[in-house]
Amino acid sequence: MAARARDVAHLLTTPLLPDDLLGTVNPVWSTTEPAGRVVARRPETADTTTLLLRTGPRRPRHRPGQYVGVGTRLDGVWHWRTYSVTSRPDDRLLAVTVTALPGGTVSGVLAHGTPVGTVLRLGPPAGEFVLPEPVSEKLLFVTAGSGVTPVMGMLRHLAATRPEVLAGAVAVHCDRTEADVVFAAELRALAAATGLRLVERHTARDGRITPDALADLVPDWAGRQAWACGPAGLLDDLADWWDRHGDRDALHVERFVAPVPTAAAGTGGRVRFTESRIEADAAPGEPLMRAGEAAGAILPNGCRMGICHTCVGRLRSGAVTNLHTGERHDTPGEPVRTCVSSAAGDVEIEL
Amino acid sequence: MATLTADHLTDEQVDALGAELDALRAEVVASRGERDARYIHKVIATQRALEVTARGLLLFAKFPPAWIAGTTALSLAKILENMELGHNIMHGQWDWMRDPKIHSTTWEWDHACASEGWKKSHNFEHHTYTNVLGKDRDLGYSIMRISADQEWHPAHLLQPVYNQLLAAFFEWGVAFYDLEFDLVKDGTKSKEAFKADAMRLWRKARRQLAKDFILYPAMSGPKGFLASAAASLVANTVRNFWAHAVIFCGHFPEGVETFPEEQLEGETRGQWYVRQMMGSANLSGGPLFHTMTGNLSHQIEHHIFPDIPSNRYVEIAPRVREICKRYGLNYTTGPLTKQYGTVLRKISRYALPRRAEQRAALAHRTRSIAALPVRSEIPETPQPVRLAG
Repeated sequence: MAARARDVAHLLTTPLLPDDLLGTVNPVWSTTEPAGRVVARRPETADTTTLLLRTGPRRPRHRPGQYVGVGTRLDGVWHWRTYSVTSRPDDRLLAVTVTALPGGTVSGVLAHGTPVGTVLRLGPPAGEFVLPEPVSEKLLFVTAGSGVTPVMGMLRHLAATRPEVLAGAVAVHCDRTEADVVFAAELRALAAATGLRLVERHTARDGRITPDALADLVPDWAGRQAWACGPAGLLDDLADWWDRHGDRDALHVERFVAPVPTAAAGTGGRVRFTESRIEADAAPGEPLMRAGEAAGAILPNGCRMGICHTCVGRLRSGAVTNLHTGERHDTPGEPVRTCVSSAAGDVEIEL
Repeated sequence: MATLTADHLTDEQVDALGAELDALRAEVVASRGERDARYIHKVIATQRALEVTARGLLLFAKFPPAWIAGTTALSLAKILENMELGHNIMHGQWDWMRDPKIHSTTWEWDHACASEGWKKSHNFEHHTYTNVLGKDRDLGYSIMRISADQEWHPAHLLQPVYNQLLAAFFEWGVAFYDLEFDLVKDGTKSKEAFKADAMRLWRKARRQLAKDFILYPAMSGPKGFLASAAASLVANTVRNFWAHAVIFCGHFPEGVETFPEEQLEGETRGQWYVRQMMGSANLSGGPLFHTMTGNLSHQIEHHIFPDIPSNRYVEIAPRVREICKRYGLNYTTGPLTKQYGTVLRKISRYALPRRAEQRAALAHRTRSIAALPVRSEIPETPQPVRLAG
């Protein structure tokens, strides 16, 4: 019945989707191009701002610790970046916390130049940096700088749903100075209220944290499930430490950089973009998008890291390899993200 | 004979002209931004508002005032959708915005012809081989003789009549022409490919027909059904006449040249630009007129830069015109009524066979826009009805 009604509505708006008309009236109502309207801005520190977004009714539920793609229109062009969700899954508004990177145009605009009322597009929540269900009893969080954002999402969720878990948990957070600490007041209040042990370290004074310093601070680290997020150097050191002295599976890390394709890279091949009528030779491991662009195709693209789904095209023939997972996709008609797929032999994409 | 009006240019001059136009294009591309994005979003919002208003009014199609207002709004909505939105978005003019909803690979237009096939025949074949005899199928749409260099056939005697039929059913003309039945006949297109294209047309067209002639009329109630269906028919037909007039004025008026196939051999970028400019003609008018023609009133600018945002054509037109003047090249333009008049006269004239030398003489005379033949030189043929406004 509902499907029938949808078909009729679609026929009434053909060749558009009913959703296109809704999205024209209010972008937030679109489900094919989900968006949120900034309803409040909360400055956290000099370079970090939390944006509170009112989204459409069908916003997918995120898991604490996940990120979303955020699309913003700068001088007419959509740019995509990913940010950790800092609100709880049950919150009415979606919160993303943005730190302006030095020289970063998009993050700078989002943190400082996005007034209330701005419409931002949103990708689906993603990421494996999440708490297990049921949550483990003994937790350790190690964060540095803006790496606190995904963990803040977890802490808020635990404080609201399982405060007793926080009583035995430890959070070690590093930032340059006290003034740079994002969520400082809230973290302290949360620690006071739940019994969470909060260790703040200011690296301008105390220097960068090392794994053995961490082990001294938290002697029972090896018996805890650990979640770490921060600069790549810190995460590498921690991973190394857990490898050598503990259980590597007990350490969960989140890196704020595009995942490096490590999986099987595909064999490469000739790729044909059927709509653009452009053909290109794609090297093994080379994303189809980059091969097409090198040959002069103007392809839809956004985050270029597999998050926003802007670049999706249907597979007409052949097979592709997902550069993140190494999985092979060869079902004709299957949507393929061209930015994170490489050719596994000759392939045709309907773009 | 072909590049007659450009024959006075040396190869170096043609190269310099090409470099000037390349620089102009680069300047536009580098300055695309928020202002342009706002323009296309405004046109999209206006078009959708017009269409929703039209469909709302036509629910009361049996009341004449609602019918008139609804049919007018629907005609305008269809014209805007096909010309300023569909045609231009499918050219990739807005791809730079990286908006998957306003992108040449995803846009489907309110037209019987599916975007995919149209993009191939139009963007590729017509825009690459513009006005090259035997290569540009849009030159007379393979049924009309609009140049002395085309072979005459007795069927052409009727072309003033079937041109009017084509205008009335232009949407279907474009859709069926896109199936390339002529290419199946001469064996360059396989029957399978033809069948696949025909199926695609049927899938698209039946939805268009169902929407315009069954679903919306049904919503107008039993008493309003016929009035509502008539409104759809009128709106589609108005759009057809308008699109036909604008498009025919783009390449067929007096002063526009055609080229032999040899022209393509080793054609340089500069020569390509010259052919595009000599093979196209503009229409003069105000801002609203330009928008309603999908800015195809700037056919010359569109043909040299098919994929820059349409709102920029009017801005660069004075500079393109200045360049043409400096290089001594024709820049054909005029009001719609005048230009369409010359198109209709041409269609009548070339309906008749003529002897080769006469043909050559006439072709020579008509190539110079300044020395447009006066009426007395035009053969006695019934004058077709003028439609333009």
